[in-house]
Amino acid sequence: MPIKIEHMYHTYQPGTPFKSDALEDIDFTIEDGDLLALIGHTGSGKSTLAQHLNGLLTPTAGRVLVDGQDINRKGADRKALRQRVGLLFQYAEYQLFEETVYKDIAFGPRNQGLTGDALDARVRSAFMKVHLPADALEKSPFELSGGQMRRVALAGVVAMEPEVLVLDEPIAGLDPKGRDELTDIIHELHRGGVTIVLISHNMDDVARIATRVAVLEKGRLAMLGTPREIFSRGDELEAMGLDVPQTVQLCRRLRAGGMDLPDCLTAEELCDAICAAKGGTRRGNA
Amino acid sequence: MEEFILRVENVSYAYEEGAGMAVQDMNLAFRPGEMTAVLGHNGSGKSTLAKLLNGLYTPTVGKVTVCGMDTALDEHTWQIRQSAGLVFQNPDNQLVASIVRDDVAFGLENIGVPSAEMPGRIEDALRDVGMLDFIDRAPHMLSGGQKQRIAIAGILAMRPRALILDEATAMLDPKGRREVFSVVERLNREQGITVVWITHFMEEAARCRRVIVMDQGKCVMDGTPAEVFTQAERLRAMRLDVPPMVALGDLLRARGLRIPREAMDIESMAREVLACR
Repeated sequence: MPIKIEHMYHTYQPGTPFKSDALEDIDFTIEDGDLLALIGHTGSGKSTLAQHLNGLLTPTAGRVLVDGQDINRKGADRKALRQRVGLLFQYAEYQLFEETVYKDIAFGPRNQGLTGDALDARVRSAFMKVHLPADALEKSPFELSGGQMRRVALAGVVAMEPEVLVLDEPIAGLDPKGRDELTDIIHELHRGGVTIVLISHNMDDVARIATRVAVLEKGRLAMLGTPREIFSRGDELEAMGLDVPQTVQLCRRLRAGGMDLPDCLTAEELCDAICAAKGGTRRGNA
Repeated sequence: MEEFILRVENVSYAYEEGAGMAVQDMNLAFRPGEMTAVLGHNGSGKSTLAKLLNGLYTPTVGKVTVCGMDTALDEHTWQIRQSAGLVFQNPDNQLVASIVRDDVAFGLENIGVPSAEMPGRIEDALRDVGMLDFIDRAPHMLSGGQKQRIAIAGILAMRPRALILDEATAMLDPKGRREVFSVVERLNREQGITVVWITHFMEEAARCRRVIVMDQGKCVMDGTPAEVFTQAERLRAMRLDVPPMVALGDLLRARGLRIPREAMDIESMAREVLACR
């Protein structure tokens, strides 16, 4: 179920002195099986774009097509759309409200009309996917840690069994272990067949798990490509105020110092490349 | 000059009577001009410590002193808040006025600085954080990193001895993070302000001279970044990690390259790898 964004514009408060163009001429397709990382500094339009993907916002101009159908056409079934494209907001743990984790996760599928065993199976399956301790299911979500609460919120969206999952800074504010755990969960959901759109400031994670990266700058799509393609343009990213993974920064520094290295995204790749280059030097000297 | 700016002696703190101790039997001291990172997983007691350090909380057991003043004594409250300022995580929760100038003035008004002296102090503080050009702007129109720098200026105007920052960069984008960290690093270096930098970002901790690790309300590690980050397994067991360059260094050492453990940021790692034969 590709999501095709066609020459899409979004203006906040049009026709007022506070008018601001949040998105301009966005034109690209989120393909089935993508794990698309959406990066850009604060105010670049990432969250605005995310909210267009399931029709929470309506474009000022242009179209968003899901399965070839304009999601904002007259008579479009918004409810069905939001079941197919799930959205996890920033700091989603603040949106939990039920007495137990079970009930919180069940809220969405119950609204979809599920009851009885079908509902129960759905809740348990979603709960399994977010790796929480088994006894958490009957606890109040407010007894859990912040990172665990965020995973409950994610389970609530996963329980809708969306084909596309849009995650707005899911790891912000978590401790390093919490970041790794959630990143692994996202990676697993993706391998399980869910298309993922991931908004993140953590470039090391983006380099590790994304299949493609879209860079937004001042509301425009500045770059689109594989992590390797995008992070090889480190100078441009830094000029936009973005980070590149530390391994990529080191790799560039070493090249500037005269070492012959290929583009490396992960520490393991860079280690291999450095050892190969050093080995070569040693042989050359001998 | 006193030996310690901030001192924590046998301190425990419980949020409610009978509840578990959020901070337990803690002993810590911060010397003038030190820049210390505090690490610990969510719930390890870092924020409680921050609030104990400037007297927002007073210890259930033990004693905290700021420039020698006991935080438990009411007569010191104002002077303590002036001496040790606290910056929080969310930039939107700590700005109070609709103009940057007034926001920075807020603290000065509270401590009764004569109005003739205020403009100079406000301008100095904003210059120190690189935000003087924004003096007449509305805080809500600024980026997160800029807002945090305004919050820091509001404290600086009071001429504090210590700055305590509780995950002040957690909600910022990479650019905002860099801005805020380098401002604080410079204040520490140039003005000798004692800094307690609480963070989840290991690469920030690697740039401080001292690193403290908290776990279950206790201080479990205290040393230089090199001493702390060489204990990768112990850190991972406490839900923490090592900076990316330390992880790379471990991989390279495992392959037989002689990279010193002190190489923990990109600059020093690049130097060492290039020098390595």
